[in-house]
Amino acid sequence: MTQPARYGKQLTRLASDYGMVLVLLFLATVCSALTYKEQHPRGADAGYQVARQIAKHLGADASVLIVTTKTDEDRAFAAAAEEELRERGLQVLANVGGAPSDARLAIEQALAAGAAIDAIAANNVTARWTVYDQFPTVGSDKCFVPASYYWPDFLKTSNLLNIANQSSIYAIIAIGMTMVIITSGIDLSVGSLIALASVVAALFVRDFGGGAEASVGIVVVGCLAGIVCGAGTGAFHGLMVTRYRVPAFIVTLSMMMMARGAALRISNGQSINALPDSFGWLGEKETLGIPNPVLLMALLYLVAHVVMSRTVFGRYVYAIGGNEEAARLSGVPVKRMLLAVYTLCGALAGLGGIVLSSRLKAGDPNFGYSYELEVISAVVVGGTSIMGGQGRMFGTLIGAFIIAVIKNGMNLTNVNPFNQMIVLGAVLLASVLIDTRKKRDQ
Amino acid sequence: MVRQPANTAPLLEMRGIEKSFPGVRALDGVDLRLEPGEVLALLGENGAGKSTLIKMLGGALQPDRGDIVLAGEAARFETPAAAIGAGIGVIYQEFNLIPELTAWENIFLGREPSLGRDRRRDERRAAQALFERIGASVPLDVPCRRLSIAQQQLVEIAKALSHNVRLLVLDEPSATLAPREIEHLFAIIRELAARQIGVIYISHRLDEIFAIADRVSVLRDGRHVADAPIGATDRGQLIEWMVGRTLEREFPKHQHPLGEPRLVVEGLCRGAAVRNVSFHVRRGEVLGITGLIGSGRTEVARLIFGADRMESGTITLDGEQLTLRGPRDAIREGICLLTEDRKSQGLVLGLTVRENFGLPNLPQLSQWGFVRQSQERKWLAEFVDTLRIKIPHQEQLAKNLSGGNQQKVVLAKWLQQDADVVIFDEPTRGIDVGAKYEIYLLINELASQGKAVVMISSELPEIIGMSDRILVMHEGSVTGEIDDVATATQQQIMTLAVERQSA
Repeated sequence: MTQPARYGKQLTRLASDYGMVLVLLFLATVCSALTYKEQHPRGADAGYQVARQIAKHLGADASVLIVTTKTDEDRAFAAAAEEELRERGLQVLANVGGAPSDARLAIEQALAAGAAIDAIAANNVTARWTVYDQFPTVGSDKCFVPASYYWPDFLKTSNLLNIANQSSIYAIIAIGMTMVIITSGIDLSVGSLIALASVVAALFVRDFGGGAEASVGIVVVGCLAGIVCGAGTGAFHGLMVTRYRVPAFIVTLSMMMMARGAALRISNGQSINALPDSFGWLGEKETLGIPNPVLLMALLYLVAHVVMSRTVFGRYVYAIGGNEEAARLSGVPVKRMLLAVYTLCGALAGLGGIVLSSRLKAGDPNFGYSYELEVISAVVVGGTSIMGGQGRMFGTLIGAFIIAVIKNGMNLTNVNPFNQMIVLGAVLLASVLIDTRKKRDQ
Repeated sequence: MVRQPANTAPLLEMRGIEKSFPGVRALDGVDLRLEPGEVLALLGENGAGKSTLIKMLGGALQPDRGDIVLAGEAARFETPAAAIGAGIGVIYQEFNLIPELTAWENIFLGREPSLGRDRRRDERRAAQALFERIGASVPLDVPCRRLSIAQQQLVEIAKALSHNVRLLVLDEPSATLAPREIEHLFAIIRELAARQIGVIYISHRLDEIFAIADRVSVLRDGRHVADAPIGATDRGQLIEWMVGRTLEREFPKHQHPLGEPRLVVEGLCRGAAVRNVSFHVRRGEVLGITGLIGSGRTEVARLIFGADRMESGTITLDGEQLTLRGPRDAIREGICLLTEDRKSQGLVLGLTVRENFGLPNLPQLSQWGFVRQSQERKWLAEFVDTLRIKIPHQEQLAKNLSGGNQQKVVLAKWLQQDADVVIFDEPTRGIDVGAKYEIYLLINELASQGKAVVMISSELPEIIGMSDRILVMHEGSVTGEIDDVATATQQQIMTLAVERQSA
């Protein structure tokens, strides 16, 4: 082969290996472009900034009124501004958090006390109130607001973390689904297993741990019980598929109904909310500024990638999907492997259920409806062949992100939900078409 | 045989055909000529370019450069339909029949029929006539999946004839036929040639070529290396053309002393497929097992390998009776089976060469469940050298290899096991002469190491040429054992292979 041809081939391979990453980047760019708009800073950093601005313009002996609304972000803004102003020796007349009438009251009091209002630390909303102009010595031109800038809504850290957080449960379950689909199977029950695991864990904590007063130990055991429940169901799938040769589609379709029914039955169809705060740690809290579900997802993907690419287990899984008979005749313990793969998929679905109920701090038999479809979509969009034998873990992660980004982008640009479903369906179809084309060209 | 006078244009002329695939030059200036009524044998090793060439005739591929001239007119077939329309019928190794449709429905599939009420009756009658024309009796109203391979082939031929072909290409038509069926096929080919239809016949079996062809063309490495009337050449010459060197002997059997029995099989039974089969294989012995297709040879091998469950019987290896729950157990005990069908049983085509190689060897290649990939690469690299496997790199997908190289990868993965018992099921089917010779040498090598080798084959010369002892099977039972291979004849074996057992 000539040198340029070889480079060309490598480029093609690179594009097909990382094609999904390119698609994801492209989508992110589109979403960024569509949501590019003026941003008004809020929160503590904005508070420090506006305080420094005032100090710089008016010097250290000015008197300042801080006017914000009642939101958490604005409180943080006000507190930071006050702290910074005092530190620089400025006088803070009042810190108003509320409506225009509160601001009027504060101004009247300050003026009555003989103070002069040199500046008003405000944000872009409170600065537009007309109340200041009712006092001749004040006026809205004394308002200082944090400098605005242009940036896409999509690319805000909070939004990106939100996307990762939203997709984490799908992505975690998609690990197991990828393995199952690589063996040319399918698991339709994962959505119902979410509900079952969630209800089992919540019931355990409520009935054996005393509900909201339950200890951390009981919560951990309850969550493990939910996961074991998923794993046991998965093992049942594996047994049916290997020993009784029932098609995976049928086994898991039946379980989709049975597991949902069981979840509704043991919970009497009720949501279980009497749970301690520790129950929410996995789903609600953050570590190092990153939501715990996102960290869990990242960790699991690293492990799954190593398992699938480096271990005997991974090699066997690919071999079974590629050609089950050839694999068996090469000494692959096919039945044991299939059992393991379905068990793992069930366990991960259970874990997904635990994360979801932790995030919402409830066990609910109605959790996880149609999750199986979104999980399978993520796997397929990520390039795993539904015919088995081919697929990559990181492909699935990218697939989950692609779906999450499209959904997020459509939400940010106010696409109506009915149209969103149409778009997602089309994306799934398109990704399979691209995959088929790619294979034909090889 | 009637020959067209030489002054008319040839039926087919291919000139300077070139075709490249990514990384491979498949055909490099090939010329081919065929007269009406002529049977041309197209010879060449696997990967020599035969398949590529006939795919161009069939419209499945287009040449990069060069001309195809059909009866004096330049032709280019963009689709299979165009080739059929021009009167070229290509019958590939894998048939293009819909299993659920009957013979006549397959023959007339995809044609715009007159929508009359009698259409089905007309078509059925036309199919009947076609079969009569080639002297074949094929059940007309049975789904094709229930027909034998030979009958399916007849359906393919009838389908080609129904399109009034002037040129019929047969790609290894005899590979899966019994001797009698091959005779019938030859009679049909002679009949077609007598009607001025040109036939291109591809086969690895030299005997057949001498029996049927008028002329032979040889391809090697994508080039046309020789062309001769069949009468002006001989086996040695053909092999030399194909391989590019002379082979001393076709079967390099070498004798060494045999030891005590290693593998002893007693009273093996599985339904009607295997009935009370007993035999033993000695240390250093090559036991040939033959019989017609369906005689139970492969089934016996699968039982010994644990691939199927036996109903009764015992398998003893080196004096120890084995309990096999599956191939994994058999491999652990030191038995390996090189299956007949590489694509569906020997390899996972979607995996790389390295991954396939490692598959049975992972217990030796793993630590804490992780694959020691550098070790794996090293072991494979040794086999790539010694077996001369032609691959650009170890990460090549198995499906992108030629048949011969696929077979070598299968060999490599099993040789690494260093098993005590090695069972070869049709080890040389679909493999060219040069690669066959290498496999024979390998079988000798394994035997000389003291292993027990079982070789299953339909090719009687190969069985006689390579075995120390021959077992003949018929309908699941062993009907004969030939200890004195030196004086064995093909007739003797065939008699045993078709023997009816008295109950």
